[in-house]
Amino acid sequence: MENSNKLWKTIITILLLILGVAFLLPFIWMLSTSFKPEIDVFKYPIEWIPRHWQGAQNYQEVWFGEYPFATYYWNSIKVSVLTTIISVSVSSMAAYAFAKIEFIGKNALFVLVLMTFMIPSSSIIVPQFLIFKWFHLFDTHLGLILVGSFSALGTFMLRQFFMGLHHEFLDAARMDGAGQRILFTKVALPLVRPAIATYAILRFIWTWNDYQNPLIFLRSDYLSTIQIGIQKFAAESGAFYSLIMAGAVSAIIPLLLIFILGQKQVMEGIAMGGVKG
Amino acid sequence: MLFKRNQENKTRRLMLKEKRENFAGYIFVGPMLIGLTVLTVIPAILSLIFSFTEWSFIAGLNKMKFVGFKNYVQLLHDPVFITSFKNNLILLLVVPIQLIISLVLAVIINKSVYFKSFFKVVFFMPYISSIVAVSIVFQLLFQPSYGPINQFLRAIGMDNPPKWLADIHYALPSVMIILTWVGIGFCLIVYMAALQSIPKDLYESADIDGASPWTRFRRITLPLVSPTTFFLLVTGLISSFKSFDIIKVLTEGGPSYSTSVVTYYLYTTAFENLKTGYASSMAWALFGCVLLITVFQLYGQKKWVNY
Repeated sequence: MENSNKLWKTIITILLLILGVAFLLPFIWMLSTSFKPEIDVFKYPIEWIPRHWQGAQNYQEVWFGEYPFATYYWNSIKVSVLTTIISVSVSSMAAYAFAKIEFIGKNALFVLVLMTFMIPSSSIIVPQFLIFKWFHLFDTHLGLILVGSFSALGTFMLRQFFMGLHHEFLDAARMDGAGQRILFTKVALPLVRPAIATYAILRFIWTWNDYQNPLIFLRSDYLSTIQIGIQKFAAESGAFYSLIMAGAVSAIIPLLLIFILGQKQVMEGIAMGGVKG
Repeated sequence: MLFKRNQENKTRRLMLKEKRENFAGYIFVGPMLIGLTVLTVIPAILSLIFSFTEWSFIAGLNKMKFVGFKNYVQLLHDPVFITSFKNNLILLLVVPIQLIISLVLAVIINKSVYFKSFFKVVFFMPYISSIVAVSIVFQLLFQPSYGPINQFLRAIGMDNPPKWLADIHYALPSVMIILTWVGIGFCLIVYMAALQSIPKDLYESADIDGASPWTRFRRITLPLVSPTTFFLLVTGLISSFKSFDIIKVLTEGGPSYSTSVVTYYLYTTAFENLKTGYASSMAWALFGCVLLITVFQLYGQKKWVNY
């Protein structure tokens, strides 16, 4: 019985492994194509392992050629890091107040925050665009960062964690005469650090992958983020598919690294949000 | 006398404390509220106002002309809007398909394989990747004459494989295939967490009663993950209505509007045809759909979810 169970488990694992490889074939194709000379791209049968390697030239062309990929990259890093920092700060402060401070109008304000969560971003891009024009934030990184920084989602997520903190921790510090600022920075924040990390990673990934906001709120090429850059590159460089794939790989790799490093946090964050609904 | 003064001091101190708490509360929520007000609430109100006007933002505010519900009436007679909206409804089909596939995968990964977390990462990868890069890859994979997918189909004996994104009948299904592929990972992770929270002894007692795997799935697993299914269904439907990136990068709504969706038509109306008023009426139609799904969630939860 025990042995046949193990056998079954092994068989199913192998079957699922085959399915998993098939599932990832688009990525494998992308990766292998990015290392090929252009002429081999559409060869059939597909050369999964390139017979002629031209990876170095391809990546060099993409990174230091006509399109300023290094600039796009730097822009993406800058925007994603700053958005994450601002979003985490602002969201955690609001979340702490909604969870642990008693103040007049708290519930009404929380309902207001809840309601903004339902508004689809596409529904407000036109007025946002105009407001940015009026305040000279259009075509600046600052504007793009601000749009990404204020979302109700972080407030909800982190509020759950602050609510879970026991009152004793905070009360003990309060007896010693600590004000809310100290309670927040010295007591509450350190206790919810894992949740903050989860939210920070998710926010970074979302900002890095964001396409709609940079498309609308930026115009200058030298300000473009990697998502806009790669799309422009793909649309304008026509038939150089191996180069386009090298660009696509470059756009995905840093995220993949962050995801693999913070895998546990990402999965837990998503699972938690999902199960609690 | 002394007692009374003490009492007074105490209440004054309490009031002071309360005031300070209030103050602290506003300071803490202040930045978020100001940000949301300026960047979400005011734009939402502006867009509602714009939706009753005939106006182009390059013309200046004094050229704004109020036309009542004209834009909304026009929406109902605009063939492109109707097509886009229909496409949105068809795209909703992706959600149940995703749910079925990911639940089956979750059950298999949860119980019957080695290297669980490895498989989780594998199926989650498309979700984490940028939709722009994914769209560009699929553009090439689906390339009708020499793309790998059609070369493969021809090699196994299909003479006239579909032209995928270049064919008005196959373009939308191609988009749906990609959307399913991208979204499975998210549902899978959420389902796995839900499965892990089902008490083991339920299955054990079912085993003692001699229940078949199918019965166990239908009688225990399915009802106990129903809150999760419902959550994934609602968030899936909402995000399906909001999808824009993939259409913009992959097809630009073509060929001949066969993959156009409301968000994409809104974008072209606002930023290419510069009809701010008309685009804003679409924005509110979109918001209306999302609200409808939310209301459905609030009422449906009680009715269909077995806790």
